[in-house]
Amino acid sequence: MLGRTANGLFWMFRYLERAENTARLLDAGLRMALTKDLVTAEEEWRSVIATSGQRVGYEAKHASYTGMQAWNFMLREKSNPACILSMFGLVRQNARLARNAISGELWEAINENWLVVKEQLSKPVGENRVLDTVATIRRAGTLAHGAMSGSMLRDEGFHFARAGTFIERADSVARILDIKYYLLLPSLSYVGSSLDTGQWDTVLRSVSGDRAYRWLHAGQIDARGICEFLILDDRFPRSLAFCHSALRENLAALARLHGSEGESNALMRDADTRLNDLSIDEIFEQGLHEFLVDFTVSNSAIAEAISTDYRFLA
Amino acid sequence: MNGSAEFFDEMRESDGTVRPAYADYCKWYDGQDQKLLRRKHSEAETNFRKTGITFNVYGEDEAEERLIPFDMVPRIIDAGEWRRLTRGIEQRVSALNAFMHDLYHRQEIVRAGRLPERLLRHNDAWLPNMVGFTPPGGVYTHIVGIDLVRTGPDEFYVLEDNARTPSGVSYMLENRETMMAMFPELFLRCPVESVSDYPRRLAKSLAACAPQCSRGRPVVAVLTPGIYNSAYFEHAFLADQMGAELVEGSDLRVVDGRVAMRTTSGYKAVDVIYRRVDDEFLDPLTFNPDSVLGVPGIMDVYRSGKVTIANAPGTGVCDDKAIYSFMPDIVEFYTGEKPLLPNVETWRCADEDSLKYVLDNLEELVVKEVHGSGGYGMLVGPASSKKEIGEFRSKIVENPQNYIAQPTLSLSTCPIFTKKGLAPRHVDLRPFVLVSPDKIDITPGGLTRVALKEGSLVVNSSQGGGTKDTWVLKD
Repeated sequence: MLGRTANGLFWMFRYLERAENTARLLDAGLRMALTKDLVTAEEEWRSVIATSGQRVGYEAKHASYTGMQAWNFMLREKSNPACILSMFGLVRQNARLARNAISGELWEAINENWLVVKEQLSKPVGENRVLDTVATIRRAGTLAHGAMSGSMLRDEGFHFARAGTFIERADSVARILDIKYYLLLPSLSYVGSSLDTGQWDTVLRSVSGDRAYRWLHAGQIDARGICEFLILDDRFPRSLAFCHSALRENLAALARLHGSEGESNALMRDADTRLNDLSIDEIFEQGLHEFLVDFTVSNSAIAEAISTDYRFLA
Repeated sequence: MNGSAEFFDEMRESDGTVRPAYADYCKWYDGQDQKLLRRKHSEAETNFRKTGITFNVYGEDEAEERLIPFDMVPRIIDAGEWRRLTRGIEQRVSALNAFMHDLYHRQEIVRAGRLPERLLRHNDAWLPNMVGFTPPGGVYTHIVGIDLVRTGPDEFYVLEDNARTPSGVSYMLENRETMMAMFPELFLRCPVESVSDYPRRLAKSLAACAPQCSRGRPVVAVLTPGIYNSAYFEHAFLADQMGAELVEGSDLRVVDGRVAMRTTSGYKAVDVIYRRVDDEFLDPLTFNPDSVLGVPGIMDVYRSGKVTIANAPGTGVCDDKAIYSFMPDIVEFYTGEKPLLPNVETWRCADEDSLKYVLDNLEELVVKEVHGSGGYGMLVGPASSKKEIGEFRSKIVENPQNYIAQPTLSLSTCPIFTKKGLAPRHVDLRPFVLVSPDKIDITPGGLTRVALKEGSLVVNSSQGGGTKDTWVLKD
């Protein structure tokens, strides 16, 4: 496979994951806003925008935080390069680039998604449409993953695509956790206080983990349990441990297909060792923020190494 | 050729009787509910959008993707007609290939006084770098599109030869897919020749032209200018269907005397490049130094016989309309036979007598630029205003060598589906021809282009034309 094509597949799935993650965040924000008074709702949207990493762009454009402005910014604002509409455009563009390395079914799913999402986001999204729109976007992601799982050859292309998914997902979950922790828990003494359970509930919702967490923890919401769940529980498909275990398999498969290991495999092994040996108490001891920063840096280094190992760029 | 206003309709005779080739189709059509057909018609567009069969158009700031309108009434050719056509096409294409070889070697045709030498000197597509070089397998024109028009029951004419990089074959394939998805029952009633193995035939034909140094299964790649090119969809489609790599110039470089592509495990030699990049962009070292679409040094590798480029650089000479006017001589010179498919009568404005005739009869004629394509830069006399004709006249007088003129043909019509039912529109036909060292392979069918505007004779998609599925019936 061409290095450029591998790059296309990798980024196609990174952008898809990014769009889906933004949609999940929005979903959680909308739910939160519905249950709050206006003043708290404003705070809530500020926090959603901050969590999505789009604060600077937003504040350059808007002086205040209202729901309508916030979700339109995240969904379709032209000046926002991370908006969902532009993500779907990039997904499709990369799919076109890698057109002969993906199945017809997957291409059609991606192309149809683009048409549907573009249509839905062609006009500002009002209160009566926003939930539907977010649901459509989430279905679009599901459709693409389904088409891929059911039709794509398990060759290197598949593993580049999956690697893109898990790199992006791990990065997103780590950032969400870090921003929430930083914003809401300036000191450890707050951990467990009842004030922030609503906020932590939103964290779980924004990674679609609320139901799974409650199922496993019988409704006990505390920051420590949630962090353990999102970082170390390898049963949950969006936890850092799960992402890295999946990524490890993809990278091992790539090394097998190419007959040799590269820098990415070595970095992956290091990252594994660090994560496996840790308990949640040790993570809190070293500082959650410090841990998450380290994790994000190592995650990016792996992504970089994949790109070099497999000659993504000339 | 008749100049009357009566047009030959391919579906019906002038008294309304359905012609035999369309009998099964019309019987089916008459049994259809018009409302349902109208719905299907609008569904067809959705289908094309979904599969992403679009071409890019550049507007003010961002690229827009458009569909070429699809008409759901097939254009049908019977087995006998097709057999006669293929004989004529084979003859013409083998003459074209022999002509290219001669032009870049001894130029016997010029020595014999059958083709003026100035036609080569004034031809931008002529490449001195190709002189004395024979491409692998002796094939120059690997893929040719011959544009045909019809004026009567047995009257087919060649309107143009496309030997550079003929496009549109993806529409031939997708139009058929769409028709089969919309009206599966039609294909149970009508014995239609399949076109769907074109990509396999193309892959086989290209592989058969691999250079001698190729080992094992030849590595074939489609070279595209990139995703912003208007025909990118077709490039990706063909690469996908052939199981070939889709490469851009930046993926290729010269490594150890071979052209190689950057794969995830290093550079890997390519044997055959089906390029959809124009000659002048192929190699910045040889041609346009600013080109980023090509591969520095590829021409040296080519001349050392270590890679096949399809079509061969320099074949654009055949697309020249002044050369076209000599095609009857060219066919006869290389095949020793009279051409089976006639040319459209053509006046070369470079000849003084012809120029006078053309200028005196502009209202009746179609005038084309010698190097033009895509329906641009032409005058359709009968459809133009006095002012337009006047302006065009001065252009011709200024540079007569740049123009040829042809009679306004009574192009045949084939019905299209409209809100008010079937209505005749003018059509042409582009069959696709594959050339390998031991075979000329013509896929039964081709691309039918149709002028959607009533009375219009211009079928180009850039000028409001559409396409139809083209059926060749089995015996």
